[in-house]
Amino acid sequence: MAAVAKSQGQLPRQEVSNWRLHRTLFIAMALVFLLAPLVVYPVFLMKVMCFALFACAFNLLIGYGGLLSFGHSMFFGAAAYVSAHAAKVWGFTPELAILFATACTVVLGFIAGSLAIRRQGIYFAMITLALAQMVYFFSLQVPFTGGEDGIQAVPRGRLFGLVDLSNVWAMYAVVFTVFLGGFALIYRVIHSPFGQVLKAIRENESRAISLGYDTDRFKLLAFVLSAALSGLAGATKSLVFQLASLTDVHWTMSGEVVLMTLLGGLGTIFGPVIGAAVIITMQNYLAQLGAWVTVVQGVIFVVCVLAFRRGIVGEIGNWLRKPL
Amino acid sequence: MEIFGIPSQALFGQLLIGLINGSFYALLSLGLAVIFGLLNIINFTHGAQYMLGAFCAYFLLNRFGIGYWWSLLFAPLVVGALGIVIERLMLSKLYKLDHLYGLLLTFGLALVIQGLFRNEFGSSGLPYQIPDQLQGAQNLGFMFLPNYRAWVIAASVVVCLATWFIIERTKLGAYLRAATENAPLVQAFGINVPRMITLTYGFGVALAALAGVMAAPIYQVSPNMGADLIIVVFAVVVIGGMGSIMGSILTGFGLGVIEGLTKVFYPEASSTVIFIIMAIVLLLKPAGLFGTQK
Repeated sequence: MAAVAKSQGQLPRQEVSNWRLHRTLFIAMALVFLLAPLVVYPVFLMKVMCFALFACAFNLLIGYGGLLSFGHSMFFGAAAYVSAHAAKVWGFTPELAILFATACTVVLGFIAGSLAIRRQGIYFAMITLALAQMVYFFSLQVPFTGGEDGIQAVPRGRLFGLVDLSNVWAMYAVVFTVFLGGFALIYRVIHSPFGQVLKAIRENESRAISLGYDTDRFKLLAFVLSAALSGLAGATKSLVFQLASLTDVHWTMSGEVVLMTLLGGLGTIFGPVIGAAVIITMQNYLAQLGAWVTVVQGVIFVVCVLAFRRGIVGEIGNWLRKPL
Repeated sequence: MEIFGIPSQALFGQLLIGLINGSFYALLSLGLAVIFGLLNIINFTHGAQYMLGAFCAYFLLNRFGIGYWWSLLFAPLVVGALGIVIERLMLSKLYKLDHLYGLLLTFGLALVIQGLFRNEFGSSGLPYQIPDQLQGAQNLGFMFLPNYRAWVIAASVVVCLATWFIIERTKLGAYLRAATENAPLVQAFGINVPRMITLTYGFGVALAALAGVMAAPIYQVSPNMGADLIIVVFAVVVIGGMGSIMGSILTGFGLGVIEGLTKVFYPEASSTVIFIIMAIVLLLKPAGLFGTQK
């Protein structure tokens, strides 16, 4: 009896200690992003936060659902276009533009997800890639995206009609809130019963089915959630840079978010943030070198896959024997 | 003469372009299917290797004065050998892992190769002459058929059918199909399966390079020529399903023709029609037209 009670008591204690660790790290991360603009260019940090949220959303799908999407640029880019268009042409306030764009990616995510989850593994990756390419060609042709020019000079507007976001600190506060909110939501989802089922599907889908779970519904819901949060990141990004362009929907963007997550650590909580920070920093420093950025990214891919599959945070977590 | 209100010249012209594109779709999806069958890896580097084939032909001509016909032999050999090196050094380390790592690795390699060539040659294309023997065109009465294009279609049909014959009708192909079904058992019969895997990858890559050489005079030789093409080929592969060699060939040609016809009747959709067909096929027959769901 005592042994049973002890083993029953141990698991929650372990989880509580993990939760405390994650809470501490979360607060530390928030503090870093709060204080960093004192020494680092704030627009750069806003870019990091947007891409970190994008990578976290992507990680929700691959890291916890085991679904490798190679087409997440479609959500990021479509949301960027929609929020830019809503803010510029329809005169939406920034929060409405972002919400509307996110709602649109929910619809897009539902359509793309319903198609993609019909196949598994490698086919899933190819289908998402092909669908994203379709969205890319669509964006190239429809008039409202401005074709090769994209949508430029998007007004940042006034938040709730009150706060002027052309002030860089006001904008920073918005991005900061969106990022931490999105991150906290993903953390909550991962640790909910829904997240546990998702992990079960990743480990052994047939078994999850035999236990009575409608795995397609779980996968679709995870896909839509991931799409919506990617859209949130893309919509916010287009207001920060006041620009939505074809780069956002191109397949290279999908590749970048895969790379960020892989480098940081697939299926880790903080990995995508670290991965995004590293990749964005690298792009910033190598920007003048042109196609070398692509080469370096490719090399990182190869090295990660061959020798470094846990990623940065995954390796640290493995070393500390803690899930990070 | 008009057909459905479309000048027949335009219709047959686009049909021809469709057949040409279809030839490349067929060759590339065939290579992907052969590699996938045995290695269980989707070779994302395929587009880059197609581009390498074209560049190889370009170098052979401009550095060594070796013409088109020998390039058809040498370029696939060189690029195929490079593929074998990649398989031995990198891919072979991943067979015990989740198949997705193979996809990520080959994606990274594609970025490296395309990035290096973009650095060296920029994004604009380099011209490659049509060989003298295939200059000119035939007047078929209803349209002009450039000789080189006729050759590309004929050659790719022959190559595709030869590949089909080797895999489906010869002893070597029987080993290959057996290893696809159950590699340990085939190995137990004394067949060197790892070497077979290596050679299969080399062969698939060589097919991509061959397509690249044939494409060089039609499209220009450029670092990005394979990048977007490979995504269309992925959609072709999803539509056809990778279970059947003949299936990949037929799907490749068929989709090329459909794409060409779309260009005539509804040009706006010509770049997306294959993806739309993919979505419809996924709804109706998720395993693909010729595939079996594993």
